[in-house]
Amino acid sequence: MTSARPAELPAALADASHFLDFFREITAIAQVELKKLFRDPTELFSRAVQPVLWLVIFGKVFSKVRGIPTGNVSYLAFMTPGILAQSVLFTAIFYGIAVIWERDLGIVHKLLVSPAHRTSLVIGKAVSAGFRGLVQTFIIYLIALALRIQINWNPLDILGVLFAVALGAATFSTFSLIIACIVKSRERFMGIGQVLTMPLFFASNAIYPLAMMPNWLQVVAVLNPLTYLVDALRGIMIRGGQSVHPLPLDLAVMALILLLLASIAAKLYPTLVQ
Amino acid sequence: MDSGRDSQTAEPNAIETIALTRCFGDMTAVDHIDLRVPYGQIFGLLGPNGAGKSTTIKMLTTLLVPTSGTALVAGFDVAKRPAEVRRRIGYVPQMLSADGALTGQENLMLSAKLYGMARADRNSRVSEALQFMGLSEAAGKLVKTYSGGMIRRLEVAQAMLHRPTVLFLDEPTIGLDPVARHTVLDRLRDLRRDFNTTILITTHDMDEADALCDVLALMHLGKVAVTGKPADLKATLGPDATLDDVFVHYSGASIEEGGNFHDIRQTRRTASRLG
Ligand SMILES: Nc1ncnc2c1ncn2[C@@H]1O[C@H](COP(=O)(O)OP(=O)(O)OP(=O)(O)O)[C@@H](O)[C@H]1O
Ligand SMILES: [Mg+2]
Repeated sequence: MTSARPAELPAALADASHFLDFFREITAIAQVELKKLFRDPTELFSRAVQPVLWLVIFGKVFSKVRGIPTGNVSYLAFMTPGILAQSVLFTAIFYGIAVIWERDLGIVHKLLVSPAHRTSLVIGKAVSAGFRGLVQTFIIYLIALALRIQINWNPLDILGVLFAVALGAATFSTFSLIIACIVKSRERFMGIGQVLTMPLFFASNAIYPLAMMPNWLQVVAVLNPLTYLVDALRGIMIRGGQSVHPLPLDLAVMALILLLLASIAAKLYPTLVQ
Repeated sequence: MDSGRDSQTAEPNAIETIALTRCFGDMTAVDHIDLRVPYGQIFGLLGPNGAGKSTTIKMLTTLLVPTSGTALVAGFDVAKRPAEVRRRIGYVPQMLSADGALTGQENLMLSAKLYGMARADRNSRVSEALQFMGLSEAAGKLVKTYSGGMIRRLEVAQAMLHRPTVLFLDEPTIGLDPVARHTVLDRLRDLRRDFNTTILITTHDMDEADALCDVLALMHLGKVAVTGKPADLKATLGPDATLDDVFVHYSGASIEEGGNFHDIRQTRRTASRLG
């Protein structure tokens, strides 16, 4: 049937072939997800409405409030990275709905009877969520351009923005996958999703700096992955923007959280069909 | 023969279960069943709604962990060596499960990659499988535009793509018109003839079971009520007995007990997706 199994190969070769297996499986899953996304991009565009409202209405009005310390940038420029992070969060957090849908259709059953590693199935989903985040980034850049916000055009920094967004989207979508595996029904998921998003958003530095928050909220914000995404973006997306933590620290915290969530999700994903 | 198999017997079966059991809470869906299916056999699992057929298949395909007992598929223990089992099986779930947002060809290509087929083989294997199931024409169309019969054929194509040793099909012909039904059944016979594929199939259609299966097991309330060749089962009930009579004899007395709202809803949903 199958040719030599990994155990019969020298260890190094076996590791390499494992790595290739993972890579093949992850790209297969991510490719399919992206194909579906671009086949029906309405969702991508409807998701762009909310950030426009936040920036154009909320941002314009709050620019008049002088009490928010935003460093040497305008309030609108200060909140732009926050709104990008928000739109990434709000999209990725509902990723689990699609997964429950796939379970109800039996698509998850088929993935799970295949010999693909459970970790690959989970990471493949996360990677596609990451790509989706990149499309959102493009849209926010367009809005920012229209609003004459001082964008930092340094190519390296833009790469940094894309990387941070992809990492953040992967993190939130994997979190969403975990919730899906626990609640298993769309109705319950919608309820929990609604309950989670606003607190995650407000308990972060997205539209006001950490320093302005009451102490207890600061504690929550430090545990909130969204805070690190916003902080990373704030340092590199806007000209003159300042982050609290160095960029590598923000990215490392997100990567660590993603790793932790992905290993939990790989354990829980098979229980989705039980 | 593969080394490292878990099977002890000299002439191993494709499927072998010993006291296989699965509980949901305090409800026992599958209750100490012993099945033995030799390589190359077409084995039918019958029984009323809620008898435990799908639960059995889910354990044999590694989707559900058994509560107790053991099951060997293609020589490997489903609980201890699930990855080895997965490489050797194909599965068509009870619900129509091909991805409607992809084309038929893309559905198969995804499987080809997940099963680790060599890049050079993928295209030829995929178009071969599509042709075998009569779907070459429709390969580039989105599956959501397929009829129920086409989706089922696609799913069989997907499940046989990697030439599995054992193929599990959970009510593959539900809701299909007679022509579509016969196409699916004929292709299953071909698979057994050409590749000696072992096939375990569940169905509510007694004529189909009679015509297709070498051996049948009738499940009722989680237990195997009777096992045997279709002809032998009928013969025990009298010269003119049909398989319907056998079904009613072993499960009819309490047919109302089996099947709850969940099952009916599941079946309806399948039927409506097919409709
Ligand atoms: N995930 C689950 N949680 C709780 N109970 C379950 C679960 N899956 C199945 N059951 C129960 O186990 C019993 C056997 O179900 P199963 O789906 O195996 O029956 P079946 O023989 O396939 O029936 P059908 O012919 O309707 O498909 C049913 O009473 C069902 O309600
Ligand atoms: Mg069933």
